[in-house]
Amino acid sequence: MPGGTLNAVDGISFDVDRGEIVGIVGESGSGKTMTALSLLRLIPEPGKITSGKILYGEQDVVQMSDEEIREFRGNEVAMIFQDPMTSLNPVLRVGFQVEEAMAAHNRFTRQQARDRVIPMLQRVRIPAAKDRVRDYPHQFSGGMRQRAMIAMGVSNEPSLLIADEPTTALDVTVQASIIELLRDISRELRAAVILITHNMALVASLCNRVIVMYAGRIVEEGPTRAIFKNPQHPYTWSLLRSMPRVDETTRERLISIKGLPPDLGKMPPGCKFHPRCKFRVDRCLTEEPPLAEVDPGQDARCWVLMKNVQNPEAIAQT
Amino acid sequence: MSAQPTATPTTDPTLKSALVRVEDLVKHFPVAGGLFGRAVVHAVDGVTLAIEAGETLGLVGESGCGKSTLGRVIVRLQPATSGHVFFKNTDLTQMRGEKLRRTRQEIQMIFQDPYASLNPRMTVGDIVSEPLRNFGIARGRKAEQKVQEVMRVVGLNPNFVNRYPHEFSGGQRQRIGIARALVLEPTFIVADEPVSALDVSIQAQIVNLMEDLQAKYQLTFLFIAHDLSVVRHISDRIAVMYLGKIVEVGPAEELVRDPKHPYTQALIAAVPVPEPAQQRERIVLKGDIPSPINPPSGCRFRTRCPIATERCAAEEPLLRPVGKDRVAACHYA
Repeated sequence: MPGGTLNAVDGISFDVDRGEIVGIVGESGSGKTMTALSLLRLIPEPGKITSGKILYGEQDVVQMSDEEIREFRGNEVAMIFQDPMTSLNPVLRVGFQVEEAMAAHNRFTRQQARDRVIPMLQRVRIPAAKDRVRDYPHQFSGGMRQRAMIAMGVSNEPSLLIADEPTTALDVTVQASIIELLRDISRELRAAVILITHNMALVASLCNRVIVMYAGRIVEEGPTRAIFKNPQHPYTWSLLRSMPRVDETTRERLISIKGLPPDLGKMPPGCKFHPRCKFRVDRCLTEEPPLAEVDPGQDARCWVLMKNVQNPEAIAQT
Repeated sequence: MSAQPTATPTTDPTLKSALVRVEDLVKHFPVAGGLFGRAVVHAVDGVTLAIEAGETLGLVGESGCGKSTLGRVIVRLQPATSGHVFFKNTDLTQMRGEKLRRTRQEIQMIFQDPYASLNPRMTVGDIVSEPLRNFGIARGRKAEQKVQEVMRVVGLNPNFVNRYPHEFSGGQRQRIGIARALVLEPTFIVADEPVSALDVSIQAQIVNLMEDLQAKYQLTFLFIAHDLSVVRHISDRIAVMYLGKIVEVGPAEELVRDPKHPYTQALIAAVPVPEPAQQRERIVLKGDIPSPINPPSGCRFRTRCPIATERCAAEEPLLRPVGKDRVAACHYA
């Protein structure tokens, strides 16, 4: 940006434990992908982390040397992206790419890596793995490619797995099987998993904890059940009611959130959601609320909170 | 269609009252050269459907099932290989010249990608008024008035007529696409994945808009989408498509609550529900969708079906009544 700074992510704090699956949800531009990329220090130029710490155990990722960060990315963390076709090299055999993922870092020798390829492909439930190991990516279906990506990701037994919209490009029946796989893998590895998605229903089916992002900030955070049952931020509340549900029994009108998320260059004063919020009070226009505890383990960034609103459906439909 | 005696208005595609009737529609694409020589993609392979005036028929299926092709052949963006599409009891596939042009005014399409389906070099006013000029309906001041009226109806500021598509957000662009479809006052609109490129909060705006427009203008919709939750919400009835064939049709609520075809069952079970405490039993399908170049014999779903038998390989199941207003193509439904 000529002569200016945009804060794509602004003052985010959260932690993820081993064996825990945390969902980061938000719409396009909410900063959820930037948050994940910064965990690996992979923010595209000219972006940078201007302040803050990323603690992995005792180590601060922000302070790591180039060599340290390389080892950290390869051995400790794995990232799975949305589009498996663009993340796999089309001219190399799938098995070889899985082998490379292991051999590139120092945990396994070339021979060990080679021996581990077929078991890895079997572990991610690629059928006939022994035969498919010599296939090229184009011979795999979308779901199989995503499985191959997961195999590459988990081949070094990472303790943190970041999945950025891992099923968005996939059909729903394939999506279901990839979600099952991620759940099993997180259990087997006792890894911490961060799932980045715009799909609230996916979060409900997989995550223990949810972080809701809006305009580069965490607006609500807490245990999945609490967030879905008693969302306190108007954005979370509206988002949950704007999605049609496959199991709905009545055809109620969807609650829509008017307008658009703010431009990073033109952030409104006060609460960043207030221009679209049906429940705002005067204070929201001038003063940004802090992320504060609303229930044990559940935080929200709101002056009003939904529990203080009478008949919110009627207000939201106006 | 067999079993006419029990057929009802919504399951009987031969019924004359239907606004749109699709009869044994086939669309094959030749695949040039390659390993298969003169191979053929069976994109749509014998589809029979009826759409009643004023209803929304949802068409769901996974990628490659042929649902978009079916939509495009119905509106004649692509010619049918064989079969018929009756619109108000006149065969569209046989129509030519002036008659076709006039009928086309009544049939419009809304596309998935609001970025790719609008000409970036035209202003919104030009985009929305183009159909009026093409069909010689209105020009000049009269066209301007009509455009402004339609823009208001879809929730766009009429003062923006001179802006270009890139100045609008995705949701607003989809409103432009809807305005363009509405300006000719159509009776039937085919909407192909109209909300799948949009963020959740914007999706709801467009879904609500489409529902409002339907009520206001008594529109008939064919709503094509892969997202069963959205289809369930907006549709009166749902048709499920798999590998070029319709496998099940029924009223939306009943079809989702009690699916009869094993594929519909798997599809519905796979949709995540935003309810952490209430996660449902999944039916995990084995394998991938077979190639539409060489579809399996008999029932096309049998290669992945948990209950398939030898009969399914030998004998193709036809759509038959499986309840009130419901049909399914399964020997065991």
